[in-house]
Amino acid sequence: MQVNEQLSKDFILSIDSLTVSFDGFKAVNDLSLYVDENEIRVIIGPNGAGKTTVLDLICGRTKATSGSIRFDGLELTKMREHEIVHAGVGRKFQNPSIYEDLTVFENLELSFPKGRSVFGALTFRRDREVIERVEEVAEMIFLKDHLHTDAAILSHGQKQWLEIGMLLIQKPRLLMLDEPVAGMSVAERIKTAELLNTITRNQSVIVIEHDMKFVEDIAHRVTVLHQGKVLSEGSMERVKHDPRVVEVYLGH
Amino acid sequence: MPAAGFLFSKKEWLYFTILAALLLVVMPLAVDVFRLNLIGKYLTYAFVAIGLVLLWGGGGILSLGQGIFFGLGGYCMAMFLKLEASTPAATKIQSTPGIPDFMDWNQITALPSWWQPFYSLTFTIVAIILVPSFFAFVIGAAMFKRRVGGVYFAIITQAVAAILTILIIGQQGYTGGVNGITDLRTLHGWDIRTDSAKLILYFVNALLLIGVLLLAQSVRISKFGRLLIAMRDREDRVRFSGYDVANFKIFIFCLAAAISAIGGAMFTLQVGFMSPSFVGIVPSIEMVIFAAVGGRLSLFGAIYGALLVNAAKTTFSESFPELWLFAMGGLFIAVVMAFPFGLAGVVKDHVEPFFAKALARFSKPSPEPQPQAAE
Repeated sequence: MQVNEQLSKDFILSIDSLTVSFDGFKAVNDLSLYVDENEIRVIIGPNGAGKTTVLDLICGRTKATSGSIRFDGLELTKMREHEIVHAGVGRKFQNPSIYEDLTVFENLELSFPKGRSVFGALTFRRDREVIERVEEVAEMIFLKDHLHTDAAILSHGQKQWLEIGMLLIQKPRLLMLDEPVAGMSVAERIKTAELLNTITRNQSVIVIEHDMKFVEDIAHRVTVLHQGKVLSEGSMERVKHDPRVVEVYLGH
Repeated sequence: MPAAGFLFSKKEWLYFTILAALLLVVMPLAVDVFRLNLIGKYLTYAFVAIGLVLLWGGGGILSLGQGIFFGLGGYCMAMFLKLEASTPAATKIQSTPGIPDFMDWNQITALPSWWQPFYSLTFTIVAIILVPSFFAFVIGAAMFKRRVGGVYFAIITQAVAAILTILIIGQQGYTGGVNGITDLRTLHGWDIRTDSAKLILYFVNALLLIGVLLLAQSVRISKFGRLLIAMRDREDRVRFSGYDVANFKIFIFCLAAAISAIGGAMFTLQVGFMSPSFVGIVPSIEMVIFAAVGGRLSLFGAIYGALLVNAAKTTFSESFPELWLFAMGGLFIAVVMAFPFGLAGVVKDHVEPFFAKALARFSKPSPEPQPQAAE
């Protein structure tokens, strides 16, 4: 117990022997994973390895069959989705998930962590603080000139950025990004990598990504998942030369 | 984002003025009291339609059971009026004088305890709002907390409407059964059947409707309103932005219920009775059609939709009673297929551009506009 306490203090996120089974199929199987403060961790692995499921489990979208997920001293497996968000975990979905009927400004404003109750939302005022914060985040995600554009007409890459911005404005301590550069041009990928490298001064990030060039640009450490288990873990350099990883993932 | 103004944009204030003038000036001047009373009846459905614009248009939650709340509001009002009409003096020929006539016919000898509070007008007014809201809260909490939505929610609301109708009809001794609560006369001694009362009630109703319109608009322009749109689009994103989505849905469902109930109560006052035929599946679906025809995203559209469809129903069903339901169904299909945003959509896509063009042509030839005056 003493040792465990000690361990979970060092990591912002510690996942211990986590298992989820869908009708007997173990999408995540006895998985353990630890993420440090201000670390960028990239999870890679072949399709069906359970990468997205791990994020689903952390953010409460899927309930674990067994195991524990501790974040900053809280047991996330017992919490509801919005409580996990309040605790400081932000999640970006694989396909850009933004409010297309609203403007960029409104998208960011709704994500600003104020007025989250029914009454709070009814009495919410767009004050100086909100406007400044929205503008600040819009600048970070390269959308400062599009604040009053309808989100629906943004390019695919801009939508990805907008969703990242919607998470940043919440100031989460752990940010989880599911394929953030999918569908982006090379220039957009480079900008996104820069963005991620700046924001991790204050937060930890877990990224799922297939683009190896991008992974090399951002990853502090890489975890390779295969069939719901950790196959290999460590620096990009190490993982790249791990024969098991080459066989199941990088080889083809 | 439309340029800010108080509550409405400039254009919407114009529509608001037109509507207020139509309801408060043009209609009362143009038609006799009988017709005005009929229009007042149509306008009570507009309350329900406004609730549906918030719920369905705003939040994407389709309820096919708004008749429940219209009916509950109407029944609360009717219970008060019925008790006032059932004084011992007025009912002395009954075997138990002093209770509503239908109770006497059903061999009930004492007023049930849950009828007692309805002697009080204050209680009744509070109940008109709270009873339907509470009912909506129970349904909403049961559904939304379990993440029941979409078609399933629509079907369940429909089932509840059917159950409530059956309950009212079955409990004849307590509810007046299939006939409903009839023969209502006075409100605090004021005879509601006279022409002058009907005129006053029309105005009260119209003013309440305008008040509700403003209330609904204030919800729509708040962050709550934008959250509803966001939930309609991407419920998961809202949830993972830290909102308890179910609470927001429950609130808007309760608000729509309370608004519908005001309409129901005003219906009872203006028409003089309440019956299960305004509670069940068919009226509930008709109410959705009012909102759809007017345009489910437009509060103004809801009011015009309720007026027009009901006016058409009255004219049409007088001459071809058996065809009316087919016409109604056809109308609904036509709106959904051809004008998904109803009348409001037609105005926005065709009428407004036409006026904008006409205005541009009108102002262009004017020579040398004075820059000073423009400021």
